[in-house]
Amino acid sequence: MPAKTAISIKNVEKSFGSLRALDGVSLDVEEGEFFALLGPNGAGKTTLISTLAGLSRADAGQLFVMGHDVVSDYQPARLALGIVPQEIVFDPFFSVRETLRFQAGYFGIARGASLDAWIDELLANLSLSDKADKNMRQLSGGMKRRVLVAQALVHRPPVIVLDEPTAGVDVELRQTLWAFIRRLNEQGHTILLTTHYLEEAQQLCSRIAMMKAGRIVAMDSTANLLNAFSERVLKVMLHESLPESLAQRRTKQSGAWHQFAIHDYADVEQLLAQLREAGVAIERLEVSEPDLEEVFLKVMGK
Amino acid sequence: MIGFRTLLYKEVLRFWKVAFQTIAAPVLTAILYLLIFAHVMSNSNAAFDGISYEQFLIPGLAMMSMLQNAFANTSSSLIQSKITGNILFILLPPLTHWNFYGAYVIAAIARALAVGCGVFVVGLLMAHIPVHNLGWIIVFAILGSGMLGALGIIAGLWADKFDQLAAFQNFVIMPLTFLSGVFYSIHSLPTFWQTASHFNPFFYMIDGFRYGFFGKSDVSVWISFSVTGLAFLCLSLATLALLKSGYRLRQ
Repeated sequence: MPAKTAISIKNVEKSFGSLRALDGVSLDVEEGEFFALLGPNGAGKTTLISTLAGLSRADAGQLFVMGHDVVSDYQPARLALGIVPQEIVFDPFFSVRETLRFQAGYFGIARGASLDAWIDELLANLSLSDKADKNMRQLSGGMKRRVLVAQALVHRPPVIVLDEPTAGVDVELRQTLWAFIRRLNEQGHTILLTTHYLEEAQQLCSRIAMMKAGRIVAMDSTANLLNAFSERVLKVMLHESLPESLAQRRTKQSGAWHQFAIHDYADVEQLLAQLREAGVAIERLEVSEPDLEEVFLKVMGK
Repeated sequence: MIGFRTLLYKEVLRFWKVAFQTIAAPVLTAILYLLIFAHVMSNSNAAFDGISYEQFLIPGLAMMSMLQNAFANTSSSLIQSKITGNILFILLPPLTHWNFYGAYVIAAIARALAVGCGVFVVGLLMAHIPVHNLGWIIVFAILGSGMLGALGIIAGLWADKFDQLAAFQNFVIMPLTFLSGVFYSIHSLPTFWQTASHFNPFFYMIDGFRYGFFGKSDVSVWISFSVTGLAFLCLSLATLALLKSGYRLRQ
């Protein structure tokens, strides 16, 4: 095991009855990476995370967190891992602060000023300071989800797994949450994220794996995936028909809109010059950057 | 050790925060039994010689309440956590199956002792209760409630729904406690039922516990101790094995 691998998953298989939820999944996440695991519902993302967390046991294969096998060496593996679950769960008997103190205690952290200071810092970063002494039942769904994030971080794990952490969280708080997670990543925490908001993954993650039917169908750096499966596009809206010389370069037409694939901005110059030469007036113009949604749809459609 | 202590503290706080329901209510139920049965049975020969029926009944009721509440504590905590999903909070940390077992069983014993003391204190207002040997009283209180705490873990792990747990409680725990000699000395029973009672481990817990008060029992206190101790050991080993295997907790 190389020391710098935060998460290592080797040929993991898991079936539920006749359903093969994980069909030979292998992937490595290096220390300090911000890694996205994407895929449609039922692709096996949550099963993979459950197996990593020890909530589910793999039928075959091995999983390591910071070099520790999650089954045979589960204590250091779990100490190194903070999981934000997809489902909102809470203990209705306790307040936010009690919940966090208990969670820290389960991970072997004694009560005291240092823990309380860290809990306060977590709550402040998650905009929950004024809810510290409220019972969990009194919190909204978005607040409960942020408490789950705090619970996952309370033992300061080097590896943090977020399973759709922003579902049901409003835009402003989502930004706050991501700023916080990004800061943790900059401090050296490894982040594994699953999300249905592809633009979040595109903005935050340096590497992406895509899962479909229990298998990894694409895995590369975000930049490489975008280059391989998506392109910059120039769209022009014309009143007149497209000159013959440009018709061959057109990739798509929809009414008066004509679409061209471009590699760089010199291509835009050239296309516009050709339109000018042909005396065609441009009504409207748009340039769109490569986007992960397109990559996702292409990869899933393969 | 901090992990174990935290889980134990959480489990104790869980019932303590609703003490009215988890301690006061069972004490009240026991008092009602005491009032009604003591009134109806006062002239019967169901107790030991030289001991009034009220005196005889109080330790039995205390023990019955302790056993039922020890079972209720672990089983209801587990099923609630499973159904609400917050069981996750104790499955993700590096807690061992020993931590889990120890915290749940000790919390169950704590609740049982609180209920038992409550019944006993109220009982003292109604009858004089001698203490023959405090050691035996404590041993049987701890072994009995520990055993039911462990059984509660098994039932809580096994059950997926509240009604399954209620079935376990109503069809296993209740008959075994009611038919264990809480309300009568088994010597007052026909021979067949006397023999049948000897196959009920709850009988030995109650008989041994009562011996601690009166120095009298249906069977030797050492037999009761052996049976209760063995049952506690077997159920504890079974519980530990289930927890270690992740039975119904880890898929």
